[in-house]
Order: sequence, then C-alpha cells, then structure tokens
Amino acid sequence: MALLGRTANGLFWMHRYIERAENMARLIDAGLRLSMTNLSSGPEEWQSVLVSAGVEAAYVAKYQEFDAPRIIDFLLRDLDNPSSVLSAIETARQNGRMVRTALTRETWEALNNAWIALKRRLSQPIRDTELPGILDLVKRVTAEIRGAFHGTMLRNEIFDFCNLGTFVERADNTARILDVKYWVLLPTHSSVGSSLDNFQWGSILRSVSAHRAYTWEYDAEYRAVDIIDFLIFNRRMPRSLVYCYLCIQDSLTYLARAYGTEHACHETAAAIGARLAGTDVHGVIDGGLHEFLEALIVDNNRLAREIASSYSFYV
Amino acid sequence: MTPFDEMLRDDGGVRPPYERFHGWFQSQDPETLVAKAIDAEAFFRTTGITFAVYGQQEAAERLIPFDLVPRIIASREWSRLAAGIEQRVKALNAFLDDIYHDQEIIKAGKVPARLIEGNEAFLPQMVGFRPPGGVYTHIIGTDIVRVGEDQFYVLEDNARTPSGVSYMIENRETMMRMFPELFAQNRVRPVETYPNHLRRSLAAVAPPACDGVPTIAVLTPGIHNSAYYEHAFLADQMGVELVEGSDLKAIDGRIAMRTTQGYKPIDILYRRVDDAFLDPEVFRDDSILGVAGIMKVYKEGGITIANAPGTGIADDKAIYSYMPDIVEFYTGQPALLENVPTWRCAEADSLQYVLEHLEELVVKEVHGSGGYGMLVGPAASKEERDTFAAKLKERPSNYIAQPTLALSTVPILMDRGLAPRHVDLRPFVLVSDQVRIIPGGLTRVALKQGSLVVNSSQGGGTKDTWVLED
Repeated sequence: MALLGRTANGLFWMHRYIERAENMARLIDAGLRLSMTNLSSGPEEWQSVLVSAGVEAAYVAKYQEFDAPRIIDFLLRDLDNPSSVLSAIETARQNGRMVRTALTRETWEALNNAWIALKRRLSQPIRDTELPGILDLVKRVTAEIRGAFHGTMLRNEIFDFCNLGTFVERADNTARILDVKYWVLLPTHSSVGSSLDNFQWGSILRSVSAHRAYTWEYDAEYRAVDIIDFLIFNRRMPRSLVYCYLCIQDSLTYLARAYGTEHACHETAAAIGARLAGTDVHGVIDGGLHEFLEALIVDNNRLAREIASSYSFYV
Repeated sequence: MTPFDEMLRDDGGVRPPYERFHGWFQSQDPETLVAKAIDAEAFFRTTGITFAVYGQQEAAERLIPFDLVPRIIASREWSRLAAGIEQRVKALNAFLDDIYHDQEIIKAGKVPARLIEGNEAFLPQMVGFRPPGGVYTHIIGTDIVRVGEDQFYVLEDNARTPSGVSYMIENRETMMRMFPELFAQNRVRPVETYPNHLRRSLAAVAPPACDGVPTIAVLTPGIHNSAYYEHAFLADQMGVELVEGSDLKAIDGRIAMRTTQGYKPIDILYRRVDDAFLDPEVFRDDSILGVAGIMKVYKEGGITIANAPGTGIADDKAIYSYMPDIVEFYTGQPALLENVPTWRCAEADSLQYVLEHLEELVVKEVHGSGGYGMLVGPAASKEERDTFAAKLKERPSNYIAQPTLALSTVPILMDRGLAPRHVDLRPFVLVSDQVRIIPGGLTRVALKQGSLVVNSSQGGGTKDTWVLED
C-alpha cells in the first residue's frame, strides 16, 4: 500500500512532538533540581533551561523578566509556546489524528490517552508541590505511547518515518543541552572540580535522564570528558548523538531499500554519521566543542528539510 | 396516545425479540450497569470516537452519548424492512439515471419539471453522463421510523454522504466488550463486516481507466470536519488511503495522490466532501477541499466518484413526497415501505392547511439537514410558531410539513432503571454489482423525555441495534 507524503509528514512530526514533550519534562526536571540547590541562584539556571529548550526568544517576547514560576508555566503549559509540554502533546495528537489510519489502535489510544491526561492536569496553573508528579506523568504517558508503538507497529516505512522524527528531534535536543552548558565542560573552565560543577554536570545528565546510566558506563565520578563522550559518542546510550545517527541511518537505509532510491537526505545523514565516527571526544574538544555542536544542529535541521522534500511531505 | 414501545407491551408483557435481553436485564445489579455505562464512555473517549458540533466553540470534540440497552429487531421484521429498502435504493438509482438522461418520469407527469430544473441539487454537469457500473448513489442511509407493531415509515433517503456507520460498528464493539454473555444468549447478526462489504462494493464499480486491482481512497475535508473520525475509521478498516484535497492532483487523465514515492493514480474515490466543494474548476472556485479537474477526469472515465455528484436531487426533501410514485414508476410495484404523509408548502392548498395546523405539524426546510431550521409544532411556543409562519409565507416552496409522528420508544438506562425514549433507525445500504444491506444500522435516541429530535447535534444519543437470526 502506498504511503501518502502528507501521512509521512504527520508521522514524522507526531513523533518529533512526542519526543519534545518528553524532553521538555526532563529539562524542567533538571532545572528543578538545580533550583533546589543553594549553590545556584534560580533564575539564571531557568534561563539556561529556556535556551536549551530553544524558546528563549519566545519567552522574552512575552515576558520581560526571568522569573522561575513563569518560566515553568511557559515550558509546561503555555500554548503561546509551541514547544511547551501542552502544545507539544496537542500538536502530536493533532498529527496523530491526521495519520490515524497509519497507526495501530494501541498506538493511537496511547497517544489519545496521553493527550486526555495531560490536558486535564495542565488545564490549571501548577503549584510547586504538584510539579514532580506532573513531570512523572509526562514521562509515563509518553513511555506508554512508545511502548504501544514498539509493541504493535509493523516494521515498514511507517515505522521508519516515525523513527526519523524521534531521532532527529532527540539529536537536536541532546546537542542543545550540551551546547548550552559547553562552557562548564571545558578544561579551561575556571572552577573545575568545584561542587557547583558537580551539580552542573549532574544536571546535564539528569536532563537526559542518564545520571544513573552514566555511573554504569563510566565510574561514579563525574568527569567532563566522560560526560561529553557519553552524550556524543557512547553507542549504548539511547540519547547520544552517535546512537541517534545510527538509528537515523538505519531508517533511511530501510527506506532506500524499500523504495529502491536514495536521496539527498541519505548523503547528509551519511556525512554526519561519518563525522561522528571519524573523531572522538578529544578530537571534539581540541577542535572546539561549541563549534562542533553548532555545526551538528545546523546539519541536523538540514537533514529534516531534506527528508521532507525527498519524500514529498509537502506539495 | 402512548407511543408504541418496542420492548414492553401495554399490558406489561415483553415483546418477543426482547425476551432474552429482558430476562438478563432483570438479573443484573443496577449499580454494576451504571458503572458499565461509565466504562463505555471512557472507551469511546480513548478510541477518540468524537464529533464536532458546529457553532459550539468550547466543545470542539464531543462524545455522542451511548445507551447500553440495545434496540432489538426480529428477523421477520428485518426481512420486511430490507425488502422495502432494496426496492427503494434501486428506484433511487433508476430515478437518478433517468433524471440525468431522458427524464421519462417528468414526461410521464409523475414529477413536476420545476422541482428538477430550479433545484440546486440538480447538476447540469451530470446530464448525459453515466457513472461506471451505472451506479449513482453507492452508499445510502435510509432513515426509518416506527409508529406501531407493523407500521414503518421512511423519513428520509440520505443519498449523498450519509454518516453514522462508524457508530453502528463501534456501538457493537462496545457492547461485545461489556456484555459478552448477551451475545452468547442472543443470535445477533454481525455488522462489523460493513467495511469489507464497502470495499467490495466500491471495487466492483472501477472506472474504465483502471487496470488490475482497483486503488480506493476516502476523501475527507480534514480533521476539523464533524465526521472526521468516521472518515479515518472507514479508510482504516478498509485498508485504503485517507486523502485530503491537497494530496490529489489531476495528472494525465487520472486523479493521483502524492505518496512518498511520487504520484499514484486512484481508481475509486469515496468522497465525504459535498458536491459544491468537489472541483473548484466546475463548482465553487474557492474550494480547497476538492481537486481541480476531477470532473473532467471523471467524465472521461479516469475515476469513479462515490457517491456520484448530483445524487442530492434524489434525497431532496421536495422530491421526497413523490417517492411512492417514483418507486412504482421504476420498479413496476407499489412501494413496500411507506412515506410519511407530506404537505408540499409550494402548493397553495397545502400551505393553507399547514398554516392552520402548525401546532400539530413538523415543518422542515427542503434543503436543511441535521435537525437545523425545523419547527416541531407541538413543542414550539406560540411566538416561535408565528415567526415560523412568517418565514413559510415568504418562501413556501422552501418547506414541507409532516404530521408529528408518535415515534416508537425503546427504554434507556437511567440511574433508577429503565425509561422509554423515542428512537429512529438508519440502516446502511451499499449499491453496486448487487445491493448489500447490513442487518441493523444506527439507532438514534432522543435522550430527553418526550423529545422527538434524535439528531446528535441536538442532544441525541445512540444505541446498538440488533437484528436477530431466526
């Protein structure tokens, strides 16, 4: 059966937005942790969360001052912020409705239930005490969607377009988180080894839900070089850039095989994959972490555009 | 006069089709049933079986209330209805073919020419064109009401794009999930085969340009349409694409859909978009819901459109009152199913009668649907009737009137047991190489006590509809 370009587009964006809702909850969680330490002064940390989320400009356009409760509200439930948890799940479900025929009943119902649950919980302003419970809810309902998706969907092109959305979004998210904090990860950073650093590093790991996994893969000690290695190069870490690009290349390879053609997006993905394979953590630090991440974010966006045009997402 | 109740006789006895159900019901704990009703609602919400009510902003997506008490039809009753429906849909198609060709029925003086010529639903573009397989209206929802043990009336022939079939199927699904034991005790004829029948029925009227296995698609106006859930449901169940106008393009004499591998031709388009929006080159030029050039492709044999454009002339309320003659004219037999007696306000005598009896009549707009723009005389205030009378006098040909029928009742489940409510029935019929009628249909129920308006847009609910095997 043929797959409509519009449907592929809907699947791609449905998954980008599910991933985004979940990432947003993680970022807020990390921000919450940092704001609870007296080592840091709240608003700046929240400001960096806004930057990681890529919505600082939108926030500033609406509010002038950086103020923790407002920032949390903006990230969680503001419909003027297209990346807030509520906006993201709304957009994901809107796309899901549009591509309803391409989803299994289980996947659709998990998405619909996630939307029902989050809409209900996020309809009112959130009190501080409710925040941890709500962040858990976001993670749980998005995990349920993923569970239904992996458990019931055919491994065909539909699955690949969904995966592409998930991993393009995730790569962008991981790269941004690292980039916002790249200065605390550099050896030239002034307060190396201070407890503030430990908190900062811990918060980076927490914002990708990987503070426990880190200790399994390395040792309990937080070291900047290991954290960079973990989030960029570790093939077992499901949010690392290398892992994301392995999955992206996998899906693109399946599509090329199913359709018998390669497109510009295949070249771009292969080039990014080769760049990641051709260097290591020391190479990246020597060449400039910020420059490396910036280039990756740009190329990742280009890849998304190329996927859209290669597979007729739009007229 | 007490209306006819389909479950309980006046003497308190249970009518035969309901005997087993009634016995089961008596043995149930009322609180459990109420809890099940809440489960059913959660099930509908999870599935996303919602509809949009136009003109209500905050309720962008609403559930149609579902009642757990099934509406049960005996095999014998159904056979009679089915025969009448089959006769009627054949007549509708013959009428359409005639109207767009030789118009014998007008020449024979059975239907006045003015009702066709001046009618917006009549499409001059269809004159002289015969759709693939000679079928005009492929999917029909015949609205039927019951007023007595043996008295049924056809209220309306929905020959354009009848909706509600997804509720028929989901209601059954819900009932089977909630009360599997009921289906072990009663032999209920299945309705879930509808999508297979629909697919087969559509595939049998492929256009001349189709070579090989026909490609079918459902055309939806999009996710904001009130029946979007149903469009997605049907495409999903048939295993065909759900397309929007923006996915389609006329290319080389075919209508093609934009896929991830380029444009692929469609053979049969089950469109859920109104005629006016179908082709901006031919009909409304501001439409973004249709496909530019589809009418040209259609007339050159490049695609089948179901239902055909211009079928609205057959279910027009002004034509409705002529249906008994229409059926007899084309089938050579008197109509098996009766029409509701109808006054055509365009005729001076009738108008006079209607104006004098407004408080006992239901007056409908000829082109209206969904219960909008109608007057239910007995339920209206004097003021409402007076306002309506003024409208009537201004444009009499825009209205028809019918007696207020004592629609039959079927009980619904309330917190404190059962209570009778008025119902109607919309069976779904497929016409192509053969006529396929799915046993059952959508039962709509007015949830307010005494109300006769069953439309979901006006607070009506639905019930699972059982046709029993012998």
